[in-house]
Amino acid sequence: MSTVKHTSPAKPKLELDPAVIRKARSLARKAGAPVVKLARTHTTVSVERAVLRLAGLSGADHEGEPWVNHLVDAVRDEVGLELGVTTPVFDAVRRGEAPDLLTLAQKATAGSVSFRLPRGRDLSAAQKLALRSVKPGMARIDRNRATRDRLIKRHGNPKQRPWIYLIVATGDIYEDIPQAQTAAREGADIIAVIRSTGQSLLDFVPEGATREGYAGTYATQENFRLMRAALDDVSKELGRYIRLVNYASGLCMPEIATLAGLERLDMMLNDSMYGILFRDINPIRTFVDQRFSRQIHARAGIIINTGEDNYLTTADAVEAAHTVTVSQLMNEYFAKEAGLQDWQLGLGHAFEISPDIPDSFRMELAQALLARQLFPDAPLKWMPPTKHMTGDVFRGYLLDGFFNLAGVMTSQDILLVGMMTEAVVTPFLSDRDLALQNVRYVLNAAGGLTEDFHPPRDGFIQTRARQVLSEAVDLLEKIVSDKGEPGSVPLLQAISDGTFGLMKRPADAGRGLDGVVKCAPGYDNPATTLLATTRTEGGTGK
Amino acid sequence: MNNRDTSSKTASSKKASAQVSPAKILPHIIRPYGDTTGDGMVQVSFTLPIPHDKRAEGAALQLAAKMGLAPALLVHAKAMGTDFTFFIVYGSVSHLVDLRDVVVIEREFAMLGAKDVNAAIKKRLRRKLVVVGACIGNDAHTVGIDAILNIKGFAGEKGLEYYSELRVVNCGAQVQVPELVARARAEKADAVLVSQVVTQKDRHIHNTMTMSAAFREAYPAGKVPLLIVGGPRFEQGSEDALGVDRIFGKGTTPGEVASYLVHAIGVNTAQSPS
Repeated sequence: MSTVKHTSPAKPKLELDPAVIRKARSLARKAGAPVVKLARTHTTVSVERAVLRLAGLSGADHEGEPWVNHLVDAVRDEVGLELGVTTPVFDAVRRGEAPDLLTLAQKATAGSVSFRLPRGRDLSAAQKLALRSVKPGMARIDRNRATRDRLIKRHGNPKQRPWIYLIVATGDIYEDIPQAQTAAREGADIIAVIRSTGQSLLDFVPEGATREGYAGTYATQENFRLMRAALDDVSKELGRYIRLVNYASGLCMPEIATLAGLERLDMMLNDSMYGILFRDINPIRTFVDQRFSRQIHARAGIIINTGEDNYLTTADAVEAAHTVTVSQLMNEYFAKEAGLQDWQLGLGHAFEISPDIPDSFRMELAQALLARQLFPDAPLKWMPPTKHMTGDVFRGYLLDGFFNLAGVMTSQDILLVGMMTEAVVTPFLSDRDLALQNVRYVLNAAGGLTEDFHPPRDGFIQTRARQVLSEAVDLLEKIVSDKGEPGSVPLLQAISDGTFGLMKRPADAGRGLDGVVKCAPGYDNPATTLLATTRTEGGTGK
Repeated sequence: MNNRDTSSKTASSKKASAQVSPAKILPHIIRPYGDTTGDGMVQVSFTLPIPHDKRAEGAALQLAAKMGLAPALLVHAKAMGTDFTFFIVYGSVSHLVDLRDVVVIEREFAMLGAKDVNAAIKKRLRRKLVVVGACIGNDAHTVGIDAILNIKGFAGEKGLEYYSELRVVNCGAQVQVPELVARARAEKADAVLVSQVVTQKDRHIHNTMTMSAAFREAYPAGKVPLLIVGGPRFEQGSEDALGVDRIFGKGTTPGEVASYLVHAIGVNTAQSPS
């Protein structure tokens, strides 16, 4: 198996102009900065609910509506969220309205609590109590990170790169568990539990262990806990730490990120624009939720996976190649601003060029190398073909072989195993076994090929990569100069003009807009206070 | 253009053999073709939930024989973990296929790619076709309507939002009928898509009939937008009883709906050019 590390290449494989790369990053910063400002000055119902979860409020009423939703709604109805939910909540606790948050939430649901906006000494006392109450949740996230580091030390990381990423998705957590354990025994290093279709549009996180979902299993705190425990067992058995992945996306992104930190998930899908473009979630809601989620992920030592592969499923993978690069640069900017480090940036890209066009494989190599070289220390996520999987499983198996080959030749880090039954059926046990054989064969036969593979100067691959990079710079320039009304945010303007994935998403429309609140002076969020002041440095992901 | 009446039933006509070029007469009875006419050779693969040993191979051959493979050749057997074995079997099937018994159920419309859908709408309407979608009544299951409308799509196909010549308005879940009618009028909808997943006490039928009646009341005759319902439990062919133009069942892809829309506007514009 390959032991070649991409971090110490003898010389770069692509001769890219460092000035162009610098320009691309500086444009990404320019496009992203106004959005960050927007994110800093707004909050959302889901951010506020996440803070209450950190303060230990969990559970739901008999109809399944979480207590955090009840409490945030009650506070919002009575005094608004402009100063944050915790100040009126902990003021009420101080006034003896209820002994704890759960009772307070129950009483608030029944309408028997009155909230107020405290002033003076009451205000600072409420804020102090809020900070103290959120600390244990943050400490649990920190402990989980330390536990992960310890378990990785004990059991070890996968011996090879790329790490092998497999999906389970039965809809029933108790079916998912044995499947995930079997997958790990067959060679998977990372298990992703696909979420139920439509969960991203739920404005609450379901509770408890769930046994039915549509094409996936609901992300709940209990499901996270059950799966992590099962993978801990199998990690011990295999002598290899098996990582668990879920999705911090959709309307409850901040809460799910928080639950991931509380239950020691290892990777989270967390793209900066996916929800806006593909789920029609309000752009401001998304960027506010995004920033909080990424701060939590940074703290929890979670590796994020971004969703650039999705652009290529809607747009043409050759013509839209540069939009992937642009999105990677934006994701990198937003991630780093939120405190994530390079080793936590699982930037995504995919093998989606039509196999019917000439030189498709060479273009794939160019694109994959471009990502590799632009982000040398990021654990790149390499996604298999889906768009051109036709149902001809034999052809699909070959295509997956080429995908695997491109992955090892260009030193990708996280390889999502392609299934020949993509777009046909949920993979059979045998499909997964065949897919893993495919990966193993390619790793074994060609894992060291990266050492020999140096595309010639000004050859097809180098030229193509430079072209994509320069188109990415052009697009970023266009975004930065996309001015609407005075004071408007150019990136939001670009999104509403349909620059990405052909989707027009105006900033004043989309799902979850009514959950966005502009912060007033004096807004207090004890979680962000803790996240900003005592950030843990370093990591052991690599 | 396409002047075919939507109600003409082309289904269940035994015309499979009529579709091939007249130059070649097909036999009525055929067998699979491996490398020689009439050899009947096929290849199958399957997994049995038992460990790999001699007995497992015997079990695979027994299954092959019951599937009609004789002789069957077990070409590959591989253990997958301790509890499962994967097999590949080649063999000659004893079954015969009688082409005269093949029944072909055809869609009343042709399946089109996204490009062709967009081109057809451009040509026929010279503007975007407006689709308003919703889950009506108490139904909060937006899975179906989102799979059809959202750009994310379903089964590897992009949703209707992806089509540049379609303007999609997704009203979401639990939309009340008067609200839907008002929205359809405000948006000048050409088509209204309604998803009904909850079927307790025939809610889906009741809701759909209420919806179609409300549209007929609110619009002048002949101007009602295309009414389309989707859901797993609608009875195929009950369009007239429900007062809708088309029912789509489980597993419908966005491409099918888009192709139907093109077909339906073709019919409409042919009848009453506007």
